Amino acid sequence: VMISARAYGDNGKMKEYHYTGPVEHKFSPYAFNGGTVLAVAGEDFALVASDTRLSEGYSIHSRDSPKCYKLTDTTVIGCSGFHGDCLTLTKIIEARLKMYKHSNNKSMTSGAIAAMLSTILYGKRFFPYYVYNIIGGLDEEGRGAVYSFDPVGSYQRDTYKAGGSASAMLQPLLDNQIGFKNMENVEQLPLTLEKAVQLVKDVFISAAERDVYTGDALKICIITKEGIREEIVPLRKD
Amino acid sequence: MATVSVCQYHRGGFSFENCKRNALLEADINKLGFSSPAARKTGTTICGVVYKDGVVLGADTRATEGMVVADKNCSKIHYISPNVYCCGAGTAADTEMTTQIISSNLELHSLSTGRLPRVATANRMLKQMLFRYQGYIGAALVLGGVDSTGPQLYSIYPHGSTDKLPYVTMGSGSLAAMAVFEDRYRPNMEEEEAKRLVRDAIAAGIFNDLGSGSNIDLCVITKGKVDYLRPHDVDHHLIHICLNFAHGTTGVLTKAVTPLNLEVVEESVQTMDTS
Repeated sequence: VMISARAYGDNGKMKEYHYTGPVEHKFSPYAFNGGTVLAVAGEDFALVASDTRLSEGYSIHSRDSPKCYKLTDTTVIGCSGFHGDCLTLTKIIEARLKMYKHSNNKSMTSGAIAAMLSTILYGKRFFPYYVYNIIGGLDEEGRGAVYSFDPVGSYQRDTYKAGGSASAMLQPLLDNQIGFKNMENVEQLPLTLEKAVQLVKDVFISAAERDVYTGDALKICIITKEGIREEIVPLRKD
Repeated sequence: MATVSVCQYHRGGFSFENCKRNALLEADINKLGFSSPAARKTGTTICGVVYKDGVVLGADTRATEGMVVADKNCSKIHYISPNVYCCGAGTAADTEMTTQIISSNLELHSLSTGRLPRVATANRMLKQMLFRYQGYIGAALVLGGVDSTGPQLYSIYPHGSTDKLPYVTMGSGSLAAMAVFEDRYRPNMEEEEAKRLVRDAIAAGIFNDLGSGSNIDLCVITKGKVDYLRPHDVDHHLIHICLNFAHGTTGVLTKAVTPLNLEVVEESVQTMDTS
């Protein structure tokens, strides 16, 4: 026979009942909508990939909501985290790109977009955009470039980066396969476009196995000097 | 006072004496920067339906630890007795241990009565145990079986309440599964139709609930026969990953070889009693 001891003090007498006052339920301005993004830079190409599932809690909002947004002919940005902030942030970036083009009579380069995004994000340092950004594109010399950000604007140029809900699962595999980490006696060949695309597909299939927020479909944006090509691959839907 | 003596009287069963010690240990561990292991929940879809000749139980096979899949093919339909099976949602350890305890007690009870166990008996044992623990055992169960009284289906909640119904669903995917049941359930279905209905209800949970996934297990219980279909439906997702690592890829930093010089002193053969 069990009796809850919560209402009794150590001396065996019942505790005094205190009304603690009205309980305030805090409103959270953020939500977590899941999703994973990935960008890889090659010798003369860049890849930006994302899954297309939009979720909240245990539910799915949409199976067809890609997280890659085309900015210019040579730059694509992947945004995951809180979908409301992703939409607003991309709107602001697109507006700023137009303003730059009208004032300077040329398109923004990848490096310039990255630097600008950093200042936009830090502008809301005390009420941040809950977005994990990764920019992929070609730099001024035509080489692949990847810039990865944190929610408040700290950024650096990388060769490859994963962000979003399954980032912790993807990043170590990329470190091994692209960065050749923890491997000896391996021929360190430069990454070809075909191998990179296959690796991205494999890595997302693995992420969909173990991360509940990743799945449905994978959209890969392939950026070369010819332009931006898209490839869509189905993933598990459960 | 009567209340004081009841509080301090320990009569067998679970003793909460170690709770204070555990709390102190947890605080110490947290101070060192580690965290104690979390209870693994099965975000789950389980359901059951009564049809013409018996009951059909169904379950998905995904076990999650937070929002990461811990087990892609775990078994959620547990054996209680030859004619009674139980699906479990909630804390994985709780559903496993609770069903095993009741299965064991029911076997002893059945030997004592000399009869096949009844579903209502298993239900009464489960609800009395769960109520005793005031909801701290996080087990939400769907209990089904066929006995001398006929086919029966119960849903059992962690606090100890039960419902005897013709169709039930539990777990995080229960709403998706119940939507399918409410649309297509009819009394006295044939076996194939009932199996199809349960399969579709679990599939709704698998595809629409992030806590459920992977395969569908079914258990069809009729008078005198049990069909444990694991898996009934497999997800046909082929994984093409081919990562070949040649010998010598992983660098060896140090190598220490200790030869164990053993010699055979005595050799004897002892036959095992396999009768």
